[in-house]
Amino acid sequence: MPLDYWQTLRLTLALAACTTLLLLVVGLPLAYALARSRSRLRPLVEAVVSLPLVLPPTVIGFYLLLAFSDSTALGRFLIGRLGMSLNFTFGGILIGSLVYSLPFMVQPLQAGFQQLPGSLTEAAYTLGKSRLTTLWRVLLPNMKPALLNGVVLTFAHTLGEFGVVLMIGGSLPGRTRVASIAIYDEVQSLHYAQANAYALTLLAVAFVILVALYWFTKKDAARRLA
Amino acid sequence: MFRILLAFLLLSSWLPTRAAPLGPAGPAPITIAAAADLKYVLDSLVTIFNRQHPASPATVVYGSSGKFYEQLSHGAPFDIFFSADGDYPLRLQQQGLTAGAPQLYAQGRLVLWSKKLNPSLKGMNTLLDPQVRHIAIANPAHAPYGQRAEEALRYYQLYNQVKSRLVMGENIAQTAQYAATGAAEVGLLAYSLALSPELRRAGRFYLIPTAAHAPLQQRYVVLKRARTNTTATAFAAFMATPVARQALHKYGFIL
Repeated sequence: MPLDYWQTLRLTLALAACTTLLLLVVGLPLAYALARSRSRLRPLVEAVVSLPLVLPPTVIGFYLLLAFSDSTALGRFLIGRLGMSLNFTFGGILIGSLVYSLPFMVQPLQAGFQQLPGSLTEAAYTLGKSRLTTLWRVLLPNMKPALLNGVVLTFAHTLGEFGVVLMIGGSLPGRTRVASIAIYDEVQSLHYAQANAYALTLLAVAFVILVALYWFTKKDAARRLA
Repeated sequence: MFRILLAFLLLSSWLPTRAAPLGPAGPAPITIAAAADLKYVLDSLVTIFNRQHPASPATVVYGSSGKFYEQLSHGAPFDIFFSADGDYPLRLQQQGLTAGAPQLYAQGRLVLWSKKLNPSLKGMNTLLDPQVRHIAIANPAHAPYGQRAEEALRYYQLYNQVKSRLVMGENIAQTAQYAATGAAEVGLLAYSLALSPELRRAGRFYLIPTAAHAPLQQRYVVLKRARTNTTATAFAAFMATPVARQALHKYGFIL
């Protein structure tokens, strides 16, 4: 049992961390573009980004299951041309998590960019800084709370994700059985003690993460006022 | 602070996760997909098997037979599939996904189980007790025990009377959980689960006669990806040994 426990926890942490890192890389330019865009298509892109917030995770899981299998054209392309069979693999649940957690990264970042005064960017440009330098040296350091929010929310939400993994994961120990699925399995086996061990761990991790987040945001706000 | 966070993320994303073995030749660890009614008996059998094969152990994932059938048709990496209904393995064989013919290993039985009432006294009439507000059955759409439960209810001409009180579990173990917690006053469960230490202590049951429903032909099949895996072959042979047959018998399976 303890072996299962650590294996599951390690897998859950790895999934949450990979998802957060990849979404940080994808989410930053996306949020920046959305915050700056004056295009009429912006609401459309925003809606797509936010869809996972309102969609039941099983819907995402269901479509991914079809997309990854040979019953659809996309699936046949992935498997036939790229040799990628993503269902029931770590790669598969990672892609599922990326879709599921996208709004938890992009929304805080977009809000962060929008809160920065336009004069900040203009000043940097007037001083001859490039767009990238401005982003890296001026904008990002000034929106640390938003960055932190995005990272923390994405990480925490991926930790507890259930529906997507249930559909495409297959509950394979050490490969796709994350903590939320393990809780479901253990409760069904009437092993309430084991289910409780996983549930308490997730509760504790989530609580510590949130306390750290609020503690830091408060400290940061106090420093700004000082 | 942010740098610490990033370092942590980078570190934990490098935590090793075991790669999926792709049907190698010779002995290799196997993953078994099994119907949820086998939960207790297979857990004990796998423990014995793994003691004999420490280098290439077997792991079991439990669920509904219909869900596994669906997952296996979509390429799920299981090596052996133990179904609660022989139909699913036969269909996989027709699709060319198996390494051989499905093997019949036991027949399942159905019980009426309750935490609060005593079905051993009134049999199926327990369902008409005014205290019964919820009746747990497995989902007949993809769980063989659910299909047989529905057949039994129709056989006793109770189906129309109780239809609105049925609650459905994803598989027979989840259904047992509804009944064991008392969320449903009664449940139509697998005999093998009713005989498990967890449920035996918690309630009482009535064994439903086999005449009330079509037999639950329990078949297993070795999947194509495991055709050269000797651990899978060894497990199949193990199922025919007296040790395995005794365990199945102990958990209420007819052999």
